[in-house]
Amino acid sequence: MNNSVGNTGRVLWAGLRALLVLTLVCGVLYPLAVTGVAQLTMPGKANGSEIEDASGKAVGSELIGQTYLLPLKEGEEAAAPDLKWFQPRPSNGLGTNSVNTRYALLLSGATNRSGDNEDLIRWVTDAKAAVVKDNSTADYQVKPSDVPADAVTSSGSGLDPHISPRYAKLQVHRVAERNGLTVAQVEKLVADHTDDRVLGFIGEPRVNVLKLNVALKATVAAEG
Amino acid sequence: MSPVLAGILQLLALVVALGLSYRPLGDHMARVYSSEKHHRPEKWIYKAIGAHPDAEMRWPAYLRGVLAFSAVSVLFLYLLQRVQGSLPGSLGFVSIDPDQAFNTAASFVANTNWQSYYGEQAMGHVVQTGGLAVQNFVSAAVGMAVAVALVRGFARSRTGELGNFWADLVRGVVRVLLPISVIGALVLVACGAIQNFSGIHEVGQFTGGTQQWNGGAVASQEVIKELGTNGGGYFNANSAHPFENPDGLSNLFEIYLILVIPFALTRTFGRMVGSLKQGYAILGTMAAIWIGSTALMMWTEFAHNGTAFDIAGGAMEGKETRFGIGGSSLFAVATTLTSTGAVNSFHSSYTGFGGGITLLGMQLGEIAPGGVGSGLYGMLIMAVIAVFLAGLMVGRTPEYLGKKIGTREITFAACYILVTPALVLCFTAASFVLDTPAHSMTHSGAHGFSEILYAFTSGANNNGSAFAGLNADTQWFNSTLGIAMLLGRFLPMVFVLALAGSLAEQRPVPETAGTLRTEKPLFTGLLVGTIMIVAGLTYFPALALGPLAEGLAA
Repeated sequence: MNNSVGNTGRVLWAGLRALLVLTLVCGVLYPLAVTGVAQLTMPGKANGSEIEDASGKAVGSELIGQTYLLPLKEGEEAAAPDLKWFQPRPSNGLGTNSVNTRYALLLSGATNRSGDNEDLIRWVTDAKAAVVKDNSTADYQVKPSDVPADAVTSSGSGLDPHISPRYAKLQVHRVAERNGLTVAQVEKLVADHTDDRVLGFIGEPRVNVLKLNVALKATVAAEG
Repeated sequence: MSPVLAGILQLLALVVALGLSYRPLGDHMARVYSSEKHHRPEKWIYKAIGAHPDAEMRWPAYLRGVLAFSAVSVLFLYLLQRVQGSLPGSLGFVSIDPDQAFNTAASFVANTNWQSYYGEQAMGHVVQTGGLAVQNFVSAAVGMAVAVALVRGFARSRTGELGNFWADLVRGVVRVLLPISVIGALVLVACGAIQNFSGIHEVGQFTGGTQQWNGGAVASQEVIKELGTNGGGYFNANSAHPFENPDGLSNLFEIYLILVIPFALTRTFGRMVGSLKQGYAILGTMAAIWIGSTALMMWTEFAHNGTAFDIAGGAMEGKETRFGIGGSSLFAVATTLTSTGAVNSFHSSYTGFGGGITLLGMQLGEIAPGGVGSGLYGMLIMAVIAVFLAGLMVGRTPEYLGKKIGTREITFAACYILVTPALVLCFTAASFVLDTPAHSMTHSGAHGFSEILYAFTSGANNNGSAFAGLNADTQWFNSTLGIAMLLGRFLPMVFVLALAGSLAEQRPVPETAGTLRTEKPLFTGLLVGTIMIVAGLTYFPALALGPLAEGLAA
């Protein structure tokens, strides 16, 4: 019995030492080495791909989606979208701070709603109606069948920086009207900011909303 | 190009990439686990451990090593989270509550990486990088070690010796996981994944004001999270978060990382038992199930049945624009047919049948190709069962790889396949009988049932993905899932090692005309059938109440 207790103790002691050594290798040396190389060779990407506007002010990360809303008015539950700018996908599942409330951290999250869920059906229906209404102008009528799926659904992270080229094109007439630009000007902006699939088949075609809005702002400023 | 075609081409690209690495990686791993030479850094590590890497272990000693190392790991990780609030480098995050700390410790040591916490608001640099990421390496290496021990059981005769656990553990980390991780992490940074140790900081926004981010060693953790089939995300959104998985290329690369070791291990197996063809038969079984499941998943997701998806015009809820339906379906199948559980899109918002495919993937036992190590030993157990069934049909004592499958062997194999279904079904049933657990569900009806069935399927099979509508941060789910993860990981390992020991003691049986040729396609077919029948008989009633009911109603 004594022998077996001593034996178990010896194996546990070996286990602890193995864990500590491997923690040093995999939990200290490895991440430090990778961080060192990454910071030396690719500092921009390793630090979150921040982008600046024309004036050199940081306006966010090209990888993290933002909202483009009007200031919240009294009596409103949620702020209305600022229709001057291209609008991103909905983000109904974005997490809220519940553990570390001293921070206003950006939390990721999905709605996790199923296809037959009543909340999701309502969100999608409302979003579709809003997209049709917001994007129809005097000489451009949006049909419900024109609205692509990404325009009315929340992404997995809630931070999707992209919209589909279809959704971007759908917003062109509205954005042109609100900013006093021609449709052709805005169409060109969208075309310039549409990324195709990598090598023609990896991923999906997409438009980065923040980069597009930065370019839009610069165009408006140049015109004005 | 249509999205469907792009999805199929991405699947083909994966097949090609996996095919190209199959031989070199499989042969490399066979050399790693067979070589008698120790590298100098490894000798330092053995010295620090106080282990003799050349000392052969019989199965009880090997098992003691596995269990002791894992027990110490659970305790260490638990304590690290409990004192997080007092540690420097924790971004000021508070210590984790006891039930959640136990759940997380069990989860990461068991290679599950179920998460009942929000990564970005709960875990600081020290716990993420020095605790959780370390388990991503070592839990994977433990799985590979156990698989190699079983392979040695088939390959060796009249000895009972299965190798040295410490040597297998250290070699798996140093010679296999670390080198691939270093390269892979830099590839991910090049795609845009972040890699820094900055604190919580403010970044300006387009419309004015600022947003708060935390930095972290994300790329270095992301790569081993996929490579080691772990799956615990740095951020809550896991691989859907743009900082973890920035574009279509990183997405395809991460799917490749998930699959590369489990598939290549079949080559290692063939090499070590002295017949590459035996490895190909196992590979064929895994590949058939993987490709079949992926095709079904793409079909149901592109077809997008479901009221909300019909209105929206596509099943894009919970999916990122840059991955689309194709890239998301590929990831969802890869992650649930292995023990990974990382997600780049949220399975709860898949179509009814799509969610069912993710559930079934785990319920098959995660063997196509399965977790690193666990996939191979799980599949070899199923091969033993298949050989046994074939033996019953012709009334002959079954053999596999020159070893007799007698009462002892089939008992261990049967115990292995009973563990996880028992855990899944008992805990799921208990959750509905009791009063409070059901309060955690977001949905009622079939989908609500799936939420809880998914949680225990994922926990007991060491997957870690979720139908994340379920609020799992309750004492009931934290503790029962913690227990399910530990038992679902280590009880099967006991049976695998016992089987390995029993096989290694046998003398080889000469092959005769009556021997079942297990390297032939006929056996691959028999094996696929056995897997489907075992999982089907076990889980069909539960699946009928959840995803099948939802899918048929849509």
